Order: sequence, then C-alpha cells, then structure tokens
Amino acid sequence: MSQQAFSALQAFLLKSSGLSLDKEKKYLVEARLTPVIEQAGLSDLGELVIMIETDKALAKKVIEAMTVNETFFFRDRQPFEGFRSAILPELVKIRARQRKLRIWSAACSTGQEPYSLAMIIDEEARTMAGWTVDIIATDIAESVLKKAKDGVYTHFEAQRGLPAQHLVRYFAKRKDNWVINQNIRARVDFRQQNLMSDFSQLGQFDVIFCRNVLIYFAPDQKRDVLNRMAQRLAPDGFLVLGAAESVIGYSSEFKPHSDNRVILTRRAATSNHEAARGGASLEQARAAK
Amino acid sequence: MKNVLVVDDSPMIRRIAKKILEELNFKTFEAEDGQKALAAVNETMPDAILLDWNMPVMDGLEFLISLRQLPNGGSPKVLFCTTESDVKHITKAMQAGADEYIMKPFNKQIVKSKFEEVGLC
Repeated sequence: MSQQAFSALQAFLLKSSGLSLDKEKKYLVEARLTPVIEQAGLSDLGELVIMIETDKALAKKVIEAMTVNETFFFRDRQPFEGFRSAILPELVKIRARQRKLRIWSAACSTGQEPYSLAMIIDEEARTMAGWTVDIIATDIAESVLKKAKDGVYTHFEAQRGLPAQHLVRYFAKRKDNWVINQNIRARVDFRQQNLMSDFSQLGQFDVIFCRNVLIYFAPDQKRDVLNRMAQRLAPDGFLVLGAAESVIGYSSEFKPHSDNRVILTRRAATSNHEAARGGASLEQARAAK
Repeated sequence: MKNVLVVDDSPMIRRIAKKILEELNFKTFEAEDGQKALAAVNETMPDAILLDWNMPVMDGLEFLISLRQLPNGGSPKVLFCTTESDVKHITKAMQAGADEYIMKPFNKQIVKSKFEEVGLC
C-alpha cells in the first residue's frame, strides 16, 4: 500500500464521513477494502482512490466498508441500565404533561442498539401507558440499515448481549436465524444519515445515543457533531456516549449526569433535572400517577 | 476463583468449554452425564453449571430439576448449553430453573456474554 494512496484515502474518508484514519489503521484498510478492490476489478488501493473521485457508487461502497462497526444487543450494559433506571424515570416526570418522547440512536449499525431501547420501552409499558415514544435510528451505511430494518439476526448475534428471556419474548426462530417481533420492529424508524451532513431535519430529541462513533472522528468533526447534536437535544434531554468517549475539550454544552460518566445532560438544564430526580425511580413515577 | 461444573457427554465440547472458561478466569471440573453431575455437586456445589441437554443416563433437564431440590441446589447459576435451539426448549429450561441458555455452536464471546448476564463475569 503506497503512502500516497493511503493519504488520499485518509483525506477522502475525513471529508465524506468524518472518519479519522490514523497510520496504525493500515491493517484495517487492507482487511476491509481488499474485497471492494477485487470486486471492482481493480489491482490496488492506488487505483481505488482514483476511481472513487468520479465513481459515486464505488465511493459509497468504500465509506460503508470503512465505517461499519460491530455492535450487539445491550452492548456495555451500563448505558442501558442508566436509560432504564435514571433517564426514563426523570423524563417520565419532566414530560408527564406531553407524554411524548423522541429518542435518536445515531450510527445504529445493524439495529441492536435501537432495538435494545425498544425492548426496554416495551418492558416499561405499564409506567408508560398512553405515551408516544419515537425511536429514530440512523446510520451512514445503507447495507447495515437494510439488515436493521429486516430485524433478522444470526444464531451468534442473537446470543450476544441478549438475555434468553428477551430472546424468547421478543424474537421468533426462522430456520437458523432469529427475527425480531413486529411490535418491537414497528417501534423503530430507520433512516439513512451521514453525521457530517446537516441533521436538523430529524427534529428535536429527548435522548440521543451516540456511542462508539465519535472515537473515529477527527477533533474538528467531533466538535462540529457534538455542537450540532446539542442543538437537536431538548434543553433537559440526555446524551449517551460510548465508554471510551468524552466531550471534554470538544464541547462545553454538556455535563455529566450525576456520577454516570457516559450519560450527559445539557449544561443549562440543572433545575429541571434536580426537580425530577430526588431519588427518582419508575416505581415512584408509577406511584405519582 | 469461581468454580464451574461442565456437564456434557462430548469430550470435545468439554475441552472447548474448559478452555474458554479458564480464559475467563474460572476453575472448572467436569461430568459426562446428569447422574455423574449430581454426584459431583454433592461433593462440591459449584458457582455455575454449564449444562448439556441430551446426555445418556440422565439428561440435563432431569439433572436441573434434581439439583434445584438439593439443599443449596438453588445457589449455582445454571446455563444450558445445547443444540436444542427453539423457543419451546428455552422456555422449558427457564421454567425448570435455568438462569441462562446457550445454543450450540458457541464461541468465547457468547459464553462471556451469558456469564456476564448471570453476574459471574
């Protein structure tokens, strides 16, 4: 792989998808782009970077191959426990009058994250009877969105992170695969969205899950995406980041929510949260109704 | 270090499971059917049991039902690990007192994820 071709690819990915590719990632380029190069009948990366200047379909394939990342149900647990035990109880209080929540799963890949959120919402149906909860899930890559919309998972995917109780409750077996139930699938609205492009048309959200994606962005792109996300987040909404991610040095719009490092709130929203908190739990929210 | 009893009539599965569990910092011991597993838990009650379903002499479900009737038999986390991979079997296992369910073939990620689910990883 020539240095020149690698640099051209770096520049292309940064501009088109915000992906910041460092020199140590040459192995990743080789692993992910070799099939694309072969399929296009090209001989090496040098030819590929020339072709993607003019061939939009090929450029799209390169972006998809480089940006698709692994995911699994209830990945890292903590953010989902936080969603169930901290975020939802607070929002149930704060939005008691509107009874409407909008959640964005940004860079949702093959759908495990938004479906995990949908399963939690379903489990809390008793507390949230009469509520409208919209889950919008976006990704840059159409190939993963198709899989997400289909909701069909392999034997391995269906077992990773997903408790057996959830598997039998929310999935049906079809041949060797597991298909997510229609009632959960219908809760999630999948859309194609490049985070580098304007996403204001998605509207305003109460919760944004944006996990394990900012780590791939260059500092300028991180700043830009975080500040535009702050504009999409309700003043008393929540931003949930990945375990290795932080806003420090990139955005002053957010602050940690209590002692949970990956759950953040907007800086201006302290009073609403403090009023809602006070040992908030779904049990208390139920009792308050 | 937590103890896991691996119950499976296939020596190959026992070997693979043992390797994965040891990589996850568990101590393992083995039994090749339900009856030998009952004898083993009477000696030492493990923290968890990785349990095959179809075995000669006594199958996994019969073993689980007998285990849960023993004094302290409620304490080990029981994770089925079987080729039976339909909703009916999973439901039956959970109703009989299993804590988790692994469908074969499995890999380290699945085993780790399921042991995390029962709070042992």
